[in-house]
Amino acid sequence: MAPPVLQTADIHLGFGGIKALSGVTLAAQAGQITAIIGPNGAGKTSLFNAISGFYKPQQGRVVFEGRDITGQGPAKRAALGLARTFQNVALFRGMSVLDNIKLGGHTRLHANPLSALWYLGPARREEAALRREIEREVIDFLEIDHVRNQSVASLPYGLQKRVELARALAMRPKVLMLDEPVAGMNREETEDMARFILDIQEERGITVLLIEHDMGLVMDISNHVVVLNFGMVIGEGTPAQVRHQSDVVRAYLGGTATVGAGA
Amino acid sequence: MRIGDFRASYAQDEALWPTRVQQSCLVALAVALLMLPLGVNGYVVGLACMVGIHCIAAAGLNIMTGYTGLISLGHAAFMGVGCYAAAWAAQRGVPTLLTLLWAGGLAALLGIVVGLPSLRIKGLYLAVATLAMQFLLVYVFREWDSVTGGVRGVNVPNAHILGFELLNDQRMYYLILPVAALMLVGARNLFRTRVGRAFIAIRDKDISAEVLGIDLLHYKLASFALGSFYAGVAGALLGYFYRAMTPEYFTLQLSIFYLAAIIVGGLGSMLGTILGAVFMTLVPEILRAIVALVAQWAPRATEVLSPMQQLVFGLLIMGFLVFEPHGLLEIWRRLRRSFHLWPFRS
Amino acid sequence: MNTGFDWVALAEYSAIGLLSGGLLALVALGFVLIYKGTGVINFAMGEFMMLGAYFFYTANVMWKLPTVVALPLTLVAVALVAALIERVLLRPLSGQPVISVLMATIGLASALHGGVDALWGGNNYEMPALLPRKPLTPGDILIPGQLFWSFVLAAFVIAAFTLYFRYSKTGIAMRAAASDPMTAYVLGIDVRRTQALTWMFAGVVGAVAGIVVASMTSLSPALGGAALGVLAVIILGGLDSIAGAIVAGLIVGLIESLTAAYLGGKVRDIVPYATVLIILLIRPYGLFGTRQIERL
Repeated sequence: MAPPVLQTADIHLGFGGIKALSGVTLAAQAGQITAIIGPNGAGKTSLFNAISGFYKPQQGRVVFEGRDITGQGPAKRAALGLARTFQNVALFRGMSVLDNIKLGGHTRLHANPLSALWYLGPARREEAALRREIEREVIDFLEIDHVRNQSVASLPYGLQKRVELARALAMRPKVLMLDEPVAGMNREETEDMARFILDIQEERGITVLLIEHDMGLVMDISNHVVVLNFGMVIGEGTPAQVRHQSDVVRAYLGGTATVGAGA
Repeated sequence: MRIGDFRASYAQDEALWPTRVQQSCLVALAVALLMLPLGVNGYVVGLACMVGIHCIAAAGLNIMTGYTGLISLGHAAFMGVGCYAAAWAAQRGVPTLLTLLWAGGLAALLGIVVGLPSLRIKGLYLAVATLAMQFLLVYVFREWDSVTGGVRGVNVPNAHILGFELLNDQRMYYLILPVAALMLVGARNLFRTRVGRAFIAIRDKDISAEVLGIDLLHYKLASFALGSFYAGVAGALLGYFYRAMTPEYFTLQLSIFYLAAIIVGGLGSMLGTILGAVFMTLVPEILRAIVALVAQWAPRATEVLSPMQQLVFGLLIMGFLVFEPHGLLEIWRRLRRSFHLWPFRS
Repeated sequence: MNTGFDWVALAEYSAIGLLSGGLLALVALGFVLIYKGTGVINFAMGEFMMLGAYFFYTANVMWKLPTVVALPLTLVAVALVAALIERVLLRPLSGQPVISVLMATIGLASALHGGVDALWGGNNYEMPALLPRKPLTPGDILIPGQLFWSFVLAAFVIAAFTLYFRYSKTGIAMRAAASDPMTAYVLGIDVRRTQALTWMFAGVVGAVAGIVVASMTSLSPALGGAALGVLAVIILGGLDSIAGAIVAGLIVGLIESLTAAYLGGKVRDIVPYATVLIILLIRPYGLFGTRQIERL
């Protein structure tokens, strides 16, 4: 089997007296959807933040495409091909949808302040190319062309989440980290988002790392599931396997029923 | 009423003035501005020159504060740096346009030096650091006699373009106008590229910006340097315009003046910058006229001109932030919208 | 020929520095109150000092009211102005980004400064001495009486506030409202009232400091600029720590006194600003400030 595109090795992360992660080791295989589940406070977002580079783990490594990126800052990791969305939609409220998405292309553009001031020439050309690419690959794909010039602040929540996904896609990432992509969405919006995520995986071969509470979504679309509780991995495997593992069940339900059975 | 306004290509959508109507308005405005000195008296031309200088300085502050969210209370001091740098160069016969670049460049360099330590930390700290710089630089202006002429000030030789001396306000106008126009359009262009977008991203949510690959320190420094460059150029033009300058000009009050200008005009917008600059140029003039009027009955009134300005600037800042946070720009936009929809209401 | 190092002078300058730090700490306290209580960074603390001093001058000297009447009148007046500011300026801006509120207080400072200057004129006025003038002479050093008593007063006020916040019902309510307004609301705490109270306290603290400083030096619009030196104290102490404000006040007072003594008067003007820059370079979060950890 090919080496995983993204791995964490024995990550320990603590803040003051609180231990957020204790020895978390996981691997995301290329082209697969790996879901990270667990009760609130289990450390899922902290894990994402450690992978993104916002928190430096006291111990352990983050390895991307075989390279140790543990010492690198978030901006450098983005340039390597790591994209993510946030739990609370982190769009730039002062800009339109289009400008937000264009920011996804930041690392692939080259304008500097001087060429930007002048604009005519290389800056204009690369902006035009970016615009064409975004329209084709992202705006069309995520069906948000009707709102592209609107200010993001005026959009309904579901559309905002989609714009955030669009922005992450505009990075042409190798690994896409989604933090609760369907939180607060109704049935229809969730199904739309599921369809998009599957298309992203199948058509573009992007590796997806997913934090979610919606068990139906997780069981339906993931290839691999990792279960966290109290900052530790307490189970992993295919959705079917994880569903029956007793530790997992106990963590979520405290009983003997199976996880996601009713979904 | 706006009818048939659609874009047939992405290029058209990205243009600054996409419609025919906008383009014709722009041409008309350009013609009017070029003909201005011919139709009005010297006082108005002088005001127009000041508006141009204020536009450049305010544009720089808007880049830093309005677009990138970096509060600077030392903008006036940076203008001072540009002014003294220009005086120094002009006295040595450096051609005017080169002097402008030199003044801006020196100010930008200073901006980087000041910015390096202070941009690593958040909002308030930068404001305090720039405030400290404001006082320190004025202190330097006052004490460094050999270069700045100390408290007596410095003289600036006439500006000259290709041997043509700019002896009066009218001629200075034709230097200031194109420089201001170029710099304003340049600043606007910034925000059509990744550089400007990065600035706005840093203002709105710097964590998100990092995750997209934006090196925060690099771009904050770039913003600060650019804004300082604009301040330096404005300061240089100021020196050429007044032909002499003293340290008393570049006070904290002036820094707050520019802050008021961009808040009143509209943060994060070049049109807002222009509106704010025009508005704020007129405010001291109106105050002066009022005080002159009142002085007929109360001769002491002239003493309160400076504090009155401080009071009015402060009230403008607070008033606009509370009632119209997007500034005159928003009022302008509302007007335009009602225009576009006329005769319908909404 | 005296070849030894003048230890007595050093001791004297140090004592003076530490004592003047008391007033700095007092003004810093007002600032920290507002920051801890409402999250607002108030650039207009110096102008509160001005208001206090000028109101007192008006009541005591211009209207010739006895101090016993003039002082409480002044403090009430400043408290009212502060409450008005909170209601009219800060409340409409709650929820706005930090830089908007920061710019609003900058505008407030400018407006207050200009207003006071315009109304009372730019001349130096002489304030009555409120604190005993008789100098103290422990050992060989001479300590101006007013300075010493100003320190005692500052210490007393700071201690009183600290106790109030820790133990009184209103004080606890204010701390609750400051750290989590939503929960405080749910628990029945009138958050709006506590925020207004916070501003009123800060205004009173600033006013007291302003009156004392003016009576020790003189009354002029330059008083507003005095608080800019307090910014060094605030930064060094950390924005949200009262203990930090106290320690930082003493340290900055000491630095200012020693540099003025050994480097000369001209340098004294820029010492606060140079101090600020140095602190920002070395330890931007100050000695005691909590480093913000953002919830991602």
